[in-house]
Formats: sequence, structure tokens, C-alpha cells
Amino acid sequence: MLTLTNVHAGYGAIEVLKSLTLEVGPTEIVALLGANGAGKSTTLLTIAGVVPVRSGAITWQGAPLAGKADAVLRQGICLCPEGRHIFPRLTVLENLISGSFLLPLKRNPAKLEEIFTYFPLLAERRKQLGGTLSGGEQQMLAIGRALMGEPKLLMLDEPSLGLAPQIVAKIFEIIKVINRKGVPILLVEQNAQQALRIAQRGYVIVTGRNQLTGTGAELLASDEVRQAYLGE
Amino acid sequence: MSSGSTLTEILINGVSRGAVYALVALGYTMVYGVLGMINFAHGEVFMIGMFACVYAIGIFSVAWGNHVLLNLGLGLLVAMIFSAGYGYANERIAYRRLRKAHALAPLTSAIGISTFLQYFIFLTVSKQNVGFPRYYSDMLTSNHIHLGGVDITYLQIAILGLTIVIMTGLFYLIHFTRFGIALRATAQDQLMASLVGIPVDRIIAFTFILGSALAAIAGVMVSMYDNVLVFDAGYRVGLKAFTAAILGGIGNIPGAVLGAMILGLTEALTTLGFGSEWNDVSTFAVLMLVLLLRPRGLLGERVADKV
Ligand SMILES: Nc1ncnc2c1ncn2[C@@H]1O[C@H](COP(=O)(O)OP(=O)(O)O)[C@@H](O)[C@H]1O
Ligand SMILES: [Mg+2]
Repeated sequence: MLTLTNVHAGYGAIEVLKSLTLEVGPTEIVALLGANGAGKSTTLLTIAGVVPVRSGAITWQGAPLAGKADAVLRQGICLCPEGRHIFPRLTVLENLISGSFLLPLKRNPAKLEEIFTYFPLLAERRKQLGGTLSGGEQQMLAIGRALMGEPKLLMLDEPSLGLAPQIVAKIFEIIKVINRKGVPILLVEQNAQQALRIAQRGYVIVTGRNQLTGTGAELLASDEVRQAYLGE
Repeated sequence: MSSGSTLTEILINGVSRGAVYALVALGYTMVYGVLGMINFAHGEVFMIGMFACVYAIGIFSVAWGNHVLLNLGLGLLVAMIFSAGYGYANERIAYRRLRKAHALAPLTSAIGISTFLQYFIFLTVSKQNVGFPRYYSDMLTSNHIHLGGVDITYLQIAILGLTIVIMTGLFYLIHFTRFGIALRATAQDQLMASLVGIPVDRIIAFTFILGSALAAIAGVMVSMYDNVLVFDAGYRVGLKAFTAAILGGIGNIPGAVLGAMILGLTEALTTLGFGSEWNDVSTFAVLMLVLLLRPRGLLGERVADKV
């Protein structure tokens, strides 16, 4: 279980998160929604240890989550950042291997096999350079790379960004499968409708503060969410 | 001597010069590949290697006598350690804090360190005309093997052999190990590298250390060739190696080796045809010609290769 309690964080003089509180339970998919610039990516980067916490508390499995990116990763929290960040001149296979940097190499073959069953396309393209993949393929690779780190919590930042609807549907399918296999997921999305359909719960944040929270169905039905994010 | 064997000798000469430039050029190109920055203080690692080796051999021969191979090997090791230490200190002191600063800040810092070091050596040791102990260098430069009517000195064989071993090892390290993946990942996207747990700072430090140790080997080789050690040797060889790296496409490792070989051969041919005083002219003429035709260098990719 991950909890954030009144977390403040930001960049230099700018405070982006102004008292944010949220939690992700052990089997959940939790959606984090908000307008552009609300602080969704900053939230994930703060949990990942890239942006420092200024005040408030983050706990993971009952203990304070502290330290830099590698310390957080060692505790099983993996971030798939916005924009995918595929290593453009590493092959697909090397990109995947990079995801398991902190783990013993001998566990890789089994994990690769699992990832290739989710994304058979990656198996076909394993020798191709990451930078030459299409957007959808890169997103699959980004998720695959995160899975190589054997996450106990997976954070996905806008996995549907810029992708065609069928591809988005496919990726959301896989997200559900990964979750059913026991990995809790914190999902940041612009595509609120689709995110709330697969999420058990969701949070809406506005300029770094909590605005609304509820189950996926509640948020989908709420007038505020419908007006602000579903364009109705 | 037939003209055929003269040409072969020139080729061997050019390739051994090229190998020396390549060992130095790798340091420029690897640091550029990882940080997108030219390490203008890199030439000095070469010079430090020279002096460290000579002083170490001096101490060893007093301590336990003139065992040629033992003392040369240990001298080389000491040179690599000193140069690597300097390269590491450089990264920690002059560059790490400036990584996010304006590009001119680390550049100025590098020129400062490099000038400081040159004149420090000039004022302390190099005024006395330090030479490589002849007993050691002669053993390598005056013994040859005959191959197809050509004389190849032991030193040339050592240079070529070491360079081939090092290049092969480096190629393997970078392309076939997890460490190599981490190195390339760091070069391509530092944020993502840290998100998969790659220790970015340590990878960068290691790049400096490795590049410096390779340049130290080149420094020891050249000091045996020339017998005289000078405080600005690093500047001169550094400039050539830097040119080689640009010629091959800065940031590209095989490119640095290719560029260095072309420069080495150009110099050897120039020396034969016009005399060595024309070397700099021909070197930079080749550089300009190549850059006119291929602005990114022979094997270069994009100029701004940083994400
Ligand atoms: N590296 C940064 N430096 C300074 N400000 C930043 C940085 N990254 C994001 N911001 C600012 O923080 C705010 C929140 O950004 P972000 O967390 O990316 O929002 P979201 O992901 O919800 O669109 C924005 O106003 C943005 O301009
Ligand atoms: Mg964002």
C-alpha cells in the first residue's frame, strides 16, 4: 500500500504539489486525473524520488519511502514516465534488459518470455532500435521495460498519449492483465473516460491539490468530471 | 630498399601513430557521448601518464634494479592510475556541479585546470628536461623483427598489439555487457537511466576514468618514442586526438579510431613527401575537407545528439 499525506513538492521557487493526499491499495488500479499542468507528472516523479518531498509524508508498505530514484526502485516502485523515454539507440532487447538493471541477469529469460506474450510484436522487433518503433510500439516497450524491474507498484504516466484508439484499447487491456496478476497500478491519464473504466478508484487534482475522489464509476458519473474531462 | 617496403614502413609508422591518437581520441569521444561536452582538460591525462611512468620506473629501478618488463609494466600501471585519478578528480571537481550550468562554464573550468597543470609541471619538473630512461626505451626501439623486408620495432608491435586488445575489449564492454547497456543508456537519456536504477553519476565518473587510463597508455608509448618529456605534450597530442574524434564523428567510438588512423597515415605520408613540419597543415586540411563533405564527421550521427 502506498500513501501520500499532505505532500508538498516542486521545482526551485515553484511549488507544484500543495498538500496532496492519495493512496493506492495492494490490488488496485488508481487513476490520477487533472488538467494539463495540474501536477500529475510531478506527483509520480515525487513518489519515484526524482523530485524531492518538501513536506508531508510518503509511505510504502507501512514504512516511510525515502531516498533517490534507485532507492525507490529497489523497493519495487517503477515509473513509466510521460513521453515513454525509450532509449532511441538501444535495441528493443537492450531497452528491456535496461529495465532489470538492479536485478540478477539470470531472471531475465523468464521475464522476457512473459513480456513477449503480452507484446508479441516486441519479440519480432527485438533487434530493432528503440527510436525506430512507432508510438504504440514504444509505449509497449516502455511498459515491458518497467515490468523487467519486477514492480510491486507500477506508475504509468499518460500511456495513451498520442496513440490511435485501437492501440490505446490494447494497452489498457494489458494494464488490466498486469494488475490482475497482482501489480497495483497508479495511472495518470488525460483520457479520463478510459482510465476510469479500468480503475477501481480515482483522484482528480487541481493545481496540486485534491479536488475529488471516488470509485471509478462515481467519478465517471460525476458532473464535474463529465464537464471538465469528458467534454460533455 | 625497394619502394614497396618503404611504403609498408610508412604504413606501419602511420598506423602506430594513429593508434596513439586513437587511445587519446577515445577519451574525448566517450565523454562527449555521455555528457555532450568536450573535455578540454583531457590532453593533460596524456602528459601526466608520461611523467608518472618515468618517475615510477626511476623509483623501481633504484628499489629493485632494472627488470625491464616488470618495471615497464608497473610503470604503465602507475601511469594509468595517476591519469585515471586526475580524470576522476576533474569530473568531480570541475564538471559535476556544472553539469546543468551554461555550456561555457565547464569549458572555462577545463581550460583553467589544463593550463594550471601544464605550467605546474613546467615549473616543477619539466624545466630539467626529463627523458625516458634509455635503457628501457632502447630495448623496445632498437630491437626489431623483420617482416616481408620491413623492420618493425618491438615498440611498434607493442603499440599495435595493445591498441587492438584495448579496442576489442572496449567494443565487447560497450556492446555485449549490461554495463555497456548502462553506459549507452546514460548517454542517451539520463533521466530514464536513473529511473531504471542505473547509477548515472558513477557511470559518468567511470567514463572519465577509462578514457584517462587509455590516454596514459598512449602517453607512455609516445614518451618512449620521443625520449623527451615536455609539459605541453598533452596539448599537442590532445589537439590531434580531438581532431581525430571530430573527423570520425564526435561521440562515435569506431569513428574516433577511424579518424585517428586517417590522421596517423596522413602525417606519415606528409613526413615522407614534404617533411614533418607540414604535418599540421595536412592534418587540418584533411579535417576541413572531411567536414566540408560530411559536417558530422565520417561516422557521425546528428550534431546535437543529446536528448
Ligand atoms: N522541471 C520543471 N521545472 C519547473 N517547473 C516544472 C517542471 N516540470 C513541471 N513544471 C511545472 O509544474 C507544473 C505541473 O506540471 P506537471 O506535473 O508536469 O503537470 P501534469 O503532468 O499534470 O500536466 C506545471 O506548471 C509545469 O509548468
Ligand atoms: Mg504530465
